[in-house]
Amino acid sequence: MDYVIQAILSFVATACFGVIFNAPTKAIPYCGFVGSIGWSIYYALSVQGIDEVRASFIGAFVVAIVAQLFARRYKMPMIIFSVSGIIPLVPGGIAYNTMRNIVELDYAMGIQNGMRAFMISGAIAMGLVFAEIIMQILLRMMSKGKTSIQSFIKLKKPR
Amino acid sequence: MIDQQQNEMAIDCFLLAGRIMMESGAETYRVEDTMLRMARSQNMSDAQSYVTPTGIIFSLGGTHPTRITSISTRITDLHRIVLVNNVSRKLTSQMITLEQAYDELKKIQKTNYFLPIALQVLAASIASSCFLILFKGMWSDMPAAFIAGGVGLYVVTMVHGFTRVKFFSEFLAALVVGTIAYFAVQFGYGTEIDKIIIGSVMPLVPGLLITNAVRDLMAGHFIAGIAKGAEAFLTAFAIGSGIALVLAF
Repeated sequence: MDYVIQAILSFVATACFGVIFNAPTKAIPYCGFVGSIGWSIYYALSVQGIDEVRASFIGAFVVAIVAQLFARRYKMPMIIFSVSGIIPLVPGGIAYNTMRNIVELDYAMGIQNGMRAFMISGAIAMGLVFAEIIMQILLRMMSKGKTSIQSFIKLKKPR
Repeated sequence: MIDQQQNEMAIDCFLLAGRIMMESGAETYRVEDTMLRMARSQNMSDAQSYVTPTGIIFSLGGTHPTRITSISTRITDLHRIVLVNNVSRKLTSQMITLEQAYDELKKIQKTNYFLPIALQVLAASIASSCFLILFKGMWSDMPAAFIAGGVGLYVVTMVHGFTRVKFFSEFLAALVVGTIAYFAVQFGYGTEIDKIIIGSVMPLVPGLLITNAVRDLMAGHFIAGIAKGAEAFLTAFAIGSGIALVLAF
């Protein structure tokens, strides 16, 4: 039940971000879907006790793969889907705690939280980029028709 | 002579496409790629482009003209990116001519594709209250986050319209969000001030900038990456100091 609530709420939140970023109207539900998948995976992993950096990396990786698939499908740049999709993963809470620690003159804790926020944002960015590159390689291989069956299908397709 | 006019128009067209994309928040490498693809489709294979977040230099190579355009405002407007992308797609597949592409781009530049501000504020409100729950907040705090998030986005849009200084508008918005959360807790409409603030500042977080900065760095556009990273850091700092000011009291 908890997973369902999290998935629905992250869908709504990400779709709303699609509105704020002015995504094309017909792309907004797909933005929400991308964000919902990313957050659900992140949430499931963190419930399992996997630390937030790794969970963010995997979440962002999946977001980028789904975004790339949608981008191919609907002939829009990938950025439309991935930008709102990663928003739930952004370490807003930790960044806030960093600021709060620094204001309260607890610098040791502030640096610690700051490093956490930095690592998570790095993990998100790396997840996005890795997924994009891997997808590009895969798609290139597929479009060239590396295997015989694929090139056969390509030949059969009417131009 | 006609050839030269054609070149002039082509260069204007490509620069306009690049400019709209850059102003709407596209990745730098994508802008370069789009401009070069458009140029190659018009048999201008020597074209070179150099894109930074603050300006674009585009040359057709040889003795042909080179132009510069400067970019002063950068917002997030995904709709325009899609539209320019479509124009470039059509031009490269020879579905439209250069003149038609230029006309379409001019139309895109003039039109305002943003949804009404009321709808955006509503979206920010809903997103804030959803994030409150996602970040393990309490259901009873939702109204406070709803109001704070909406007002935050409204303030950042309005103040940015007046002052054109991004840092200031974001600082002010964060300050307002913090104040609303503080009073909500004081008057008993909320319980956890931390969670309310975290949820409500999410619409202000520079998500696009962070992603683009790293994406550009990895694509080898170091200047663009560093510049966007600096912009993202400044935004985060503005939000942080706005909140910090409230917390300090």
